[in-house]
Amino acid sequence: MKIRAQFAMVFNLDKCIGCHTCSVTCKNIWTNRKGVEYAWFNNVESKPGIGYPKDWENQEKWLGGWTKENGKLELKAGGKLKKIVQIFANPNLPQIDDYYEPFTYDHARLQNAPLSEAAPTARPISLITGQKMDKINWGPNWEDDLAGEFDKRSKDQNFSNMEKEMYKQFENTFHLYLPRICNHCINPACVASCPSGALYKREEDGIVLADQDRCRGWRMCISGCPYKKVFFNWESSKAEKCIGCYPRVESGLPTVCSESCVGRIRYNGIILYDADKILDAASTDREQDLYKAHLDLFVDPFDPKIIEQAQKDGIPMSWIEAAQKSPIYKMAVEWKIAFPLHPEFRTLPMIWYVPPLSPVQSQIDQKKLPTESDGVIPKAEAMRLPVKYLANLLTAGKEDYIVSALNRLIAMRSYMRSIHVEGKPDTRPLVAAGITEDTAKSMYRYLAIANYEDRFVIPTAHQEMQIEDYHGFQGQNGFTFGNDSSAGISMHSLFPERRKETIEPREPAPFADGSDY
Amino acid sequence: MVFLQKLIFAVYPYIALTVFVVGSWIRYDAEQYTWKTDSTQLLSKSNMVLASNFFHIGILSIFGGHFAGLVLPHGLWLSLGVTDMQHQWLAIMAGSVFGLMCLIGGAILWARRMFNQRVRASSRYSDIFILSWLMVTLILGLSTLPVSVGHANHGDPAVMLALSAWVQSILTLNPQPELLDAVDPIFKAHMFFGMTVFLVFPFTRLVHVLTAPLNYLGRSYQIVRAKRTA
Repeated sequence: MKIRAQFAMVFNLDKCIGCHTCSVTCKNIWTNRKGVEYAWFNNVESKPGIGYPKDWENQEKWLGGWTKENGKLELKAGGKLKKIVQIFANPNLPQIDDYYEPFTYDHARLQNAPLSEAAPTARPISLITGQKMDKINWGPNWEDDLAGEFDKRSKDQNFSNMEKEMYKQFENTFHLYLPRICNHCINPACVASCPSGALYKREEDGIVLADQDRCRGWRMCISGCPYKKVFFNWESSKAEKCIGCYPRVESGLPTVCSESCVGRIRYNGIILYDADKILDAASTDREQDLYKAHLDLFVDPFDPKIIEQAQKDGIPMSWIEAAQKSPIYKMAVEWKIAFPLHPEFRTLPMIWYVPPLSPVQSQIDQKKLPTESDGVIPKAEAMRLPVKYLANLLTAGKEDYIVSALNRLIAMRSYMRSIHVEGKPDTRPLVAAGITEDTAKSMYRYLAIANYEDRFVIPTAHQEMQIEDYHGFQGQNGFTFGNDSSAGISMHSLFPERRKETIEPREPAPFADGSDY
Repeated sequence: MVFLQKLIFAVYPYIALTVFVVGSWIRYDAEQYTWKTDSTQLLSKSNMVLASNFFHIGILSIFGGHFAGLVLPHGLWLSLGVTDMQHQWLAIMAGSVFGLMCLIGGAILWARRMFNQRVRASSRYSDIFILSWLMVTLILGLSTLPVSVGHANHGDPAVMLALSAWVQSILTLNPQPELLDAVDPIFKAHMFFGMTVFLVFPFTRLVHVLTAPLNYLGRSYQIVRAKRTA
């Protein structure tokens, strides 16, 4: 057993209002540079829809993620040799139009146009060529709030095994927002696809990063990621991706998308898992069993044996405590109401989602839905959001898990409603959903109230023990068009910026009470 | 004329090779960030699978052919039982096939770089320059083929042997430009352009060939980086 800590998130889709504040704050911080105008490390899609980039979920088209080949786990686009053969032209690479051609507007025209009868217009200008564009054909969020014809949106892969025609009718329409960022996967396909070894997973918190100096622009990660969350900066020819806001997370702050979320739908925390079981979990035979295998990777942070092993594996006690208080562990493992996005891609993604049920609530209140015998919980098949669709999104099509989670969410609401409205607790729905009163109250606190300190349980990084070289980090600039993301020391360097690394022996100062943490 | 001959075929090769080696080293050392393919496939994908593969496979094979025919010792081929005439015909055949491949791919890439608005807008001068220079070098190289075929039809490997001897005289630090006295001018033009590719190599995107990621084949898929504790 080898215990590792993973920085993970849960997005509560039940409360996402699609305001895009997360996308905008992220864009302002990380992708406001030339070459990545088109890139959104965080985006919010309207589902059903084909998403961003177009049809990203269709792995028969893009060949992202992993597959089982002769019983062995293999990259879906082919193994290492095939990657080398395809290196001159990656046949699976999206073209920028699959995202959209980045544009601005000729705003000056509005002020300096000569006098005319018709009002002047600000024509779009391509940010790549600088030329005027005749028409904008696609954008970062073209399908926002179900824009466009159903026929086009219904190309959504999650509809592939459904009778989708009935959802065309207005009274059967359903809609949910799907905020997406890099999943910081436990078995990342981007890392495995990178021929130069530039992408890597950080041991201490599992955040997946792209080394800007090592990246040579072979562009295999772009197509390798099944979520299409590694982007090619066309100006610098480097891979860029969500960095999990690691400078913030290391200081105990939530990521900027989470911090700015006005709906309080985002939870940040640590979860411990057994790194020795990664390959077995990702190689699970049946796609529908992957969620269960993923769940089994996580270990109980309260188990004394686990704590002992975790400490042996170098996880600080403050992190173990954070794992015990982690909202991620509660929602994913204890309550089983959160699920990974498309587990069938076999990357073991670590952004999990609580399935939405909001559209159904008013229907329940108006007693329009057929219910179970207790007269409170609607039958799963009667919900407005088709369970099959949610299952295709979150559990590789297995509906039982989704139904169970939705029932728990509804039971919690029903129970809290009985307390607040009727004045006396009604535990019948809880019994039916298989949760206790304490659990329901806890769920209410985390999901409905969602206090800042409950949503974000982020231990500060022990940089004093971990950083390679303090002085080397001075003057680093993160994403720039230059060498500023390295410490300037290399084993083979002809002209190193400094003579040698500064390695100081570091022992943690003893605590006043003599304890070792 | 003798002075010019000496300058180009006895001095220039050393300048080009020195700049190639030292320049690449310094760039790798000091400008890691700039060491990249500068792919434009994201901006325009059409025809890239054909063009880029033809160009790259062509040019790498041509380089391999030049290395095998000119740098490897003459005696090695003789001991392998390859006669000079067989050697020359092999060179003509392989050169035609891969040269044509490279020409087709390169022509598409060149047209794309010049006339595709997006690719043109994101190109540096050095990108346009080096592709054009490679194409001229290639066309000069292909233009030597009829001359070589002429020599081969007369059963005369003298020019090929002279070229090989000259390359080895350079590499053994004993430059003998006079070996090229009887060599047709078209070869000399091709050689000048070819040597210049080495000269400008460190200043262009060509450097990415030096970090061809062959070690990927022996690597494990996942990479986890741990920070070091002292």
